[in-house]
Amino acid sequence: MSIKEQASYLSETVKQLRPSGIRRFFDLASKMENVISLGVGEPDFVTPWNVIEASYHSLEQGYTAYTANAGMIELRNQISHYLQATYHVDYHPEDEIILTVGASQAIDLALRAIINPGEEVIVVEPTFVSYAPVVSLTGGIPVAVQTDAKDEFKLQAEQLEHAITEKTKAIILCNPNNPTGTVLQKEELVQIAQVVQKHDLIVLSDEIYAELTYDEAYTSLAAIEGMKERTILISGFSKAFAMTGWRLGYVAGPDEFIQAMLKIHQYTVMSAPTMAQHAALEALTNGRQSVVNMKKSYRQRRNYVVHAFKEMGLACHLPGGAFYVFPSISETGLTAEEFAEQLLQQEKVAVVPGNVFGESGKGHIRVSYAASLEQLEEAMKRMKRFVDGVK
Amino acid sequence: MELIELLEKNGRMEIETIATMLAMNKAEVEQSISKLEKVKAILGYSAIIDWSKVLDYEGVTAMIDVKVTPTRGVGFDKIAERIYRFPEVKAVYLMSGAYDLSVSIEGKTMSEISRFVSEKLSTLDSVISTTTHFIMKKYKHDGVIFEHEDDDRRIVVSP
Repeated sequence: MSIKEQASYLSETVKQLRPSGIRRFFDLASKMENVISLGVGEPDFVTPWNVIEASYHSLEQGYTAYTANAGMIELRNQISHYLQATYHVDYHPEDEIILTVGASQAIDLALRAIINPGEEVIVVEPTFVSYAPVVSLTGGIPVAVQTDAKDEFKLQAEQLEHAITEKTKAIILCNPNNPTGTVLQKEELVQIAQVVQKHDLIVLSDEIYAELTYDEAYTSLAAIEGMKERTILISGFSKAFAMTGWRLGYVAGPDEFIQAMLKIHQYTVMSAPTMAQHAALEALTNGRQSVVNMKKSYRQRRNYVVHAFKEMGLACHLPGGAFYVFPSISETGLTAEEFAEQLLQQEKVAVVPGNVFGESGKGHIRVSYAASLEQLEEAMKRMKRFVDGVK
Repeated sequence: MELIELLEKNGRMEIETIATMLAMNKAEVEQSISKLEKVKAILGYSAIIDWSKVLDYEGVTAMIDVKVTPTRGVGFDKIAERIYRFPEVKAVYLMSGAYDLSVSIEGKTMSEISRFVSEKLSTLDSVISTTTHFIMKKYKHDGVIFEHEDDDRRIVVSP
């Protein structure tokens, strides 16, 4: 019997999955030359040299085999110390931490471990593009909650309360947020925690940008009273240590959750890349100064870019973390898609239209300031010319 | 501190840009800079040049290890001064270890430098011995990597 149309073999879930809106911009921008891209969701720094060198060394020593499923115990020990020292949260290295293939895999593991088909997971928009699709892949139902520009896109307790039904199982919170750069402060987290506890929910707390906060001391959701037992903490090395391509993240949480995730992890990936684990060990042991330096530089560039948008007459809040600003472009009368596309065609500056991050991202653009100051200066000059032209 | 770091990396950065980046106002930045200049924390502003890329330039640089006899009362300072006052001497450091002064010198040719060493440097009373090393290639100077390819290797748009 000959094969039918291949598409007819695909799973219904996958067929329903829409490709990310970012993809279209990637295709447009990558066909053009001399584009200044502020559409990149990763650091402009190369991984610190001592970290790269440590990985070389591990390869020379022949560390090319699998590690324990959960990752090297030395690294888990270091992560445990680090989480305790930096965020005052205690996780046992033996059974409460797993090294994953990027924070992305940690999100997948966490959702697969807790979601039954038909259960709802709240996703706070504007949101990182992966959460809702991964929820769908587990058979869960993503439920979007919109935040407001007037609140600097901070999730309000009543907005959360409103989205909860008897089917709600969990909420995914990205703090500091990609794409808005917004950071929820301790008192705001406490408000959210109260709602979470009242409705007996689980939180997937994606704190991958936690190191990159610029104004106030950062509080981890897991450090809020009564939250550790219902929080799955997700982080990794990509953003803070400029290690995106190494694909190394981790998940920490209560024993029961982590052991369930470990079952999935051992059957699906075995263990995270060994050379990346050796690199990460060096990053945590001797890489703190690099993080401090990079953070200083991001903060300076953030100030510069926010100022530039104000000069253009576009409303832009001062985001407390990550490396994104999320200005409103509604003044121009264009939609975010139109703005981003015309800006790319006319001035060869790539940004990401806010609507790809959800309903409340409409009328905004995500601009990454992980680019050199020279590039930012040139990009802001071009963008100003563009905005003056359309206004 | 952050201000000095910015200027050390780029002495030509606009005052206005510095002010925005550090969330200060222009006047504050100007004041801080002139204060730093006054106390000679900032001694000058110069360009970092890869002379090998400058077509008409012919020149050599040498590092000379110098052993000297310190003078009673003034230690190494007097002899260091005798050396650093020569305009062809670009740097002089007092060192711990096998020798005392590290002298960096620039000249047009190797023989010009050899002449300086044999005629000016070794003939000084307190100089006991000199070891001259010519620089063959500069890979990194003052924190700047020469011949560095800094292409952005990231994909243009990513989540």
